Amino acid sequence: MERLRAAALPLLILGLLAAAPFIGFGAGHELTLLARAMILGMAALGLWLLVGGAGLVSLGHAALLGVGAYAVVVMDAAGITEAAIVAPSAIGAAALFALLTGAVAIRTTGVHFIMITLAFGQMGFFTAASLAVYGGDDGYTLYGRTTLGGARWLEDRLAFHYLCLGLLAATLLACRALLASRFGRVLRATRENPLRAAAVGFNPYPYRLVAYTIAGGIAGLAGALLANATEFVAPSFLAWQRSGDLLFMVILGGLGSPQGALLGALAMVLVEEWLSHLTEHWRLVFGPLLILAVLFLRGGLEGLPAQLRRRRDG
Amino acid sequence: MAEPAPILQLEGLRKRFGGLAVTDDVSLTVAARGIHAVIGPNGAGKTTLIHQISGTLAPDAGRIRFAGRDITTLPLHRRARLGLARSFQITAVLPGFSALENVALAVQSGAGSSFRFCRPAAAEARLNTAALAALAEVGLEHRAAVAAGALSHGEKRQLELAIALALQPRLLLLDEPLAGAGPEETERLIGILRRLKSAYAILLVEHDMQAVFALADRISVLSLGRVIATGTPEAIRADPEVRAAYLGEEE
Repeated sequence: MERLRAAALPLLILGLLAAAPFIGFGAGHELTLLARAMILGMAALGLWLLVGGAGLVSLGHAALLGVGAYAVVVMDAAGITEAAIVAPSAIGAAALFALLTGAVAIRTTGVHFIMITLAFGQMGFFTAASLAVYGGDDGYTLYGRTTLGGARWLEDRLAFHYLCLGLLAATLLACRALLASRFGRVLRATRENPLRAAAVGFNPYPYRLVAYTIAGGIAGLAGALLANATEFVAPSFLAWQRSGDLLFMVILGGLGSPQGALLGALAMVLVEEWLSHLTEHWRLVFGPLLILAVLFLRGGLEGLPAQLRRRRDG
Repeated sequence: MAEPAPILQLEGLRKRFGGLAVTDDVSLTVAARGIHAVIGPNGAGKTTLIHQISGTLAPDAGRIRFAGRDITTLPLHRRARLGLARSFQITAVLPGFSALENVALAVQSGAGSSFRFCRPAAAEARLNTAALAALAEVGLEHRAAVAAGALSHGEKRQLELAIALALQPRLLLLDEPLAGAGPEETERLIGILRRLKSAYAILLVEHDMQAVFALADRISVLSLGRVIATGTPEAIRADPEVRAAYLGEEE
């Protein structure tokens, strides 16, 4: 029963996303929006591994996303568009960036960790803005989307939709497996009580660093997809505001399980879109809405069913 | 018959906080079997000593030898891997983990690499069997599936012991295992410690004098950071200096 309940929500979400093009969300701009939500959902899943899994609150996650996106740009400028090269490069570049910055950042915890990741994120942002070859501040428009075995089928909106969905589902499954593994168990233990983990023989540092690197790789893949979705990459991809958005998605969705990140990302992107159509001053509504969500949804959106059950059962 | 080699030796350990010598030239030898208790009035430096032995605090001077090896500069997690298991004065079980998973984590640390990413750890029979055995050793196997945060205080103390045992320790470092336990829980914990002392070397820091004198094979008395006496419970009871420093204040 408990297992079924845990699987029901993600299956429902992924099922709805799979059916979306055929139940009235097949128009170009709608698919673009959904792709954006799914891609940010992937990045949020990676961030969830850090925040919900390891207890490391990072405010520099967008930089990892941006490194993935800029990997696509660098390849594009060099005339390389083959996915078999581009995707591993984006993943590898972001994972490497995470490994190097994480090696320093993970020496700290709490507020210091937030500040260091923020600082590294801003370093990435200003570096991207100064890359004149790749458009500097103005950003870089891709010549075309990444190709697969020379074929240009990512240009097809439906194909791209299902590619994003497939990778999102795979990322979710991988995160769940990772969390349940030996590695995940140590990671969760270091979150609950690092001293206890050390007292049974586990130095938190290498486990946290590996988690950070994995989250970086996931963000790199998401960044490559985002570059393809927009066919345009700008330094704003790395800006700390986007890191804040990602962190908010994770918290809004709930830290209890990885599907929370998925839920949070979808909810945030879709509500943002919906509100911006209603009124020009949508931020005035969106802000308070987020505050209310944090105040009253203790387990996040993901914990809402359980919260309602508890209330019903008194 | 020759004495077996001691498991733990402290040689001239010193630690100062500001002008205060909290550990003042402490030398101590803990035998490979049985319970060695460390007692002393509040502020004698017992907890500071435990921290230095377990590796959460570095001594200013002196050496710590464990199983014939100098571990003075090793961090906590390395000492745990060598078989130096400690329990905490303030219970530090992982509240979100089940009792079984708390212990299985400790088993895992001695059962190969933990950089394994795919297979669910909860399904590893080898880890679970050993964890259950450790829980059974402290009489907690019937609570294996309960979240550690939901256990009673006494049960958490038992769980602390099970976690330490799961490390297959060569020395158990128990920091006030009876602290905060009710009379009935204390009775149960003393029973468990009595059973354990034939199989393990235990360094016990404890406030409960009755328990210490009932359990300990040897007792060291700490006062103002110094070891003022070491001996059998009978010898300690009769020692005039100890009575003056410690026991006297209760009588």
